[in-house]
Amino acid sequence: MTILNVTGVGKDFRGLRALSEVEFEVGQGEILGIIGPNGAGKTTLFNVICGALAPDTGRVLFAGRDVTGRSPDRIARAGMVRTFQLMRPFGSMSVLENVSLAAQHERQPARRLRERSLEVVERVGLGQWAHRPATELPTAGLKRLELARALAMRPKVLLLDEVLAGLVPAEREPVLDLLADLREQDGTTLLFIEHIMAAVMRLSDRVLVLDQGRVLAAGSAEEVTSDPRVIEAYLGEEPAGAEG
Amino acid sequence: MTGITIAGGTGPAGRGGTGRATKAPPLRPQNRQLAILLVLLLVAIPLPLILPSAQGAVAVRILIFLLMAVGWNIMSGFGGMFSFGHAAYFGLGAYTSAYLLVEHGVSPWIGMLAGMAVAAGVAVVIGYFAFRYKLQGAYFALATFAFAEMLRLIVTSTEFTNKAVGFSVPLIQGSSLWKIQFAADSPAYFWIALALAGLAGAASILFLHSRSGRYVTAIRDDELAAASLGTPVMRHKLMTVALSAAITAVAGAFYTQYYLFVNPDLAFGSSVSIQAIATVVIGGIGTVWGPVVGAIIVGSLSDVTATLLRTPPDFLNFLQGRSGLDVALYAILLILIVRLLPKGIVGTAMARWRR
Repeated sequence: MTILNVTGVGKDFRGLRALSEVEFEVGQGEILGIIGPNGAGKTTLFNVICGALAPDTGRVLFAGRDVTGRSPDRIARAGMVRTFQLMRPFGSMSVLENVSLAAQHERQPARRLRERSLEVVERVGLGQWAHRPATELPTAGLKRLELARALAMRPKVLLLDEVLAGLVPAEREPVLDLLADLREQDGTTLLFIEHIMAAVMRLSDRVLVLDQGRVLAAGSAEEVTSDPRVIEAYLGEEPAGAEG
Repeated sequence: MTGITIAGGTGPAGRGGTGRATKAPPLRPQNRQLAILLVLLLVAIPLPLILPSAQGAVAVRILIFLLMAVGWNIMSGFGGMFSFGHAAYFGLGAYTSAYLLVEHGVSPWIGMLAGMAVAAGVAVVIGYFAFRYKLQGAYFALATFAFAEMLRLIVTSTEFTNKAVGFSVPLIQGSSLWKIQFAADSPAYFWIALALAGLAGAASILFLHSRSGRYVTAIRDDELAAASLGTPVMRHKLMTVALSAAITAVAGAFYTQYYLFVNPDLAFGSSVSIQAIATVVIGGIGTVWGPVVGAIIVGSLSDVTATLLRTPPDFLNFLQGRSGLDVALYAILLILIVRLLPKGIVGTAMARWRR
C-alpha cells in the first residue's frame, strides 16, 4: 500500500531550478534512502513534502490525501514528521520540555504527558539529560533530541535529514538500530537523507538518487550504487563512502 | 512504547534511567509562582493605610504600569512578538470605557470588559495580517507602531470621540464601586487596581504554563521547528496577542477612571507604548516577575520626574513646566540596562541564581 506519493514536483528559487519533475512512491512501512551530491535538492524535497515550501508544480499525496501546500503544522499533526539537518532545539526549554511539546498534541493528563515524554527521551538515550537545558546538549545529543521530538509525534511517516551527520561511528550504531526497530515495532515508514553510504546500504529497502533537482535513479542500494550515472554524478567520488 | 533504546554515548543513561532524573520537583513552577503572587498581594493590601496619601497615588500609578507591563510581556516577552504599539490597546480600553460611560452611562466595569473585547478583536485582526504576511522583528514592531499612531490620528479627528478634547469622566456625588469613583485619596482605588493587577498576574502565570503557553514559547524559540512538530502557529499567536491586548486595555480603562480624564495623546501616544516597553525591559523581558520589578522602578521614577517638573529645585529652574523628562530618563535607564543587564533585573538575577 502506498502511503506517500509525490508526482511532478518542481520548485524554482528565483530562476534557480531546485526541483523538477520529481516523482516517486513510498509504501507503508518501507524505508527509502535518499542520496545525492550537495545541492541536489534533497532538503528542498523534504521542505516541499512537509509543507515548509509550496511547490510550483506537482502534488504530494499522503495516505491518499492531497496535502500539497498545506501548512507544515497540519501535515505534522496528520502524521508526517520531519527532522532538521541543522538541529533546531527550543533554546529556553529543557530536553524533556522539548519532547513534551511534540507529545502534547494528543490531549492527555499532565502526568501521562510527562511519562510518555520521558519514555521517548529514554528511548533515544537522553534519560540523564531530561531536565537539563536543551542548549547544553552536545551535537550528538541534539541529533537525538531532533529524533526524540519527531518520535513523540507518533509519526506514520518520518523524514530524517542527515540524522547521522556529526556522530562518530560508535554513536551511529544505536541510532540505526533504533530506526530499524521503529519499522519493526511501530510500523513507521522512513525516508532518510544520508551521506553515509554504509547506513544507506544497511537500512534502505530502496534508494532514490537526486541530482540537480531531478530523480537520477531509483532502486535497491546495490542497483543504484553500480549505476554509472550515479557514479558520474558524484564526479568520480566513490559513492560507497570510505567513512562508513 | 517498547523496544530498543539507545544507551551510552552521551552519558551513563539507559533503559532504567528513572532514578534522580525523573523525580518531580517539590512544587510545580506554576503553583510556586501563584503562591508568590498571593503573598505579594497580601503584603500589598495594607499599603494604602500605611503610606501617606501622596505615596498612595504613586502606588496606584505603579499598579497601572504593572497592568500594562504584564499585558505587553505576554505578547512580546513570552511570545517574542515585539510590540511598539501597545498604546493602541491601552487607548482602546480607555476610550471604549470612557465613551460608554460618558455617552451612555454604562458602568466602567462593563466598559472595561467591552474595552478588553474591542482591544482583543483589533489585536487579532492586526495580528492576522502581520503574521499572514510574515512581518517579523523590526518590521513587525514598526507595523504595530504605525497602527497605534494611525488610531491616535483617527481618534484626534473623529467627532464621536470628541476629537483632541477627549473625555472627562462625569463626577458623581459620594463614592460608588459600580461607577469606580471614590474620594481622591480613597484606598479603594489602590485595592481595585491591586485586584486587577493580581488577576492579570495570575492570568499571565496560568497562560505561561498552559498548553497554549508552551506552544507559544516554542514558536518564540523556533517557529519553523514548532510548526514542523505540529504546533498550530497562527492560532496560538493570535490567542497570545488577544490576551496581551485585553490586559493592556484593562490598564487603559482603569487609568481613565482614576485620572477622570483621557485624550488622544494620553491614551494612544507613543509614550504609552514606550512606558510598557521600558517597564518590562528594565524588569526582565519574558520573565514572570520582571513586570513587577520594572513597574515599581518606572512607576516611582515617573512620579519623581512629574514632581520635579512641577516644582523643580532652584538649580533646575529651567525645567519648570517642561514635559518629556520621564521619557528621557527611561531612555537613559534603558541604555544602561541593555548595556549592563541585557536580560533585565529579574532575568539577570535568575541567571545568576542558576549558576
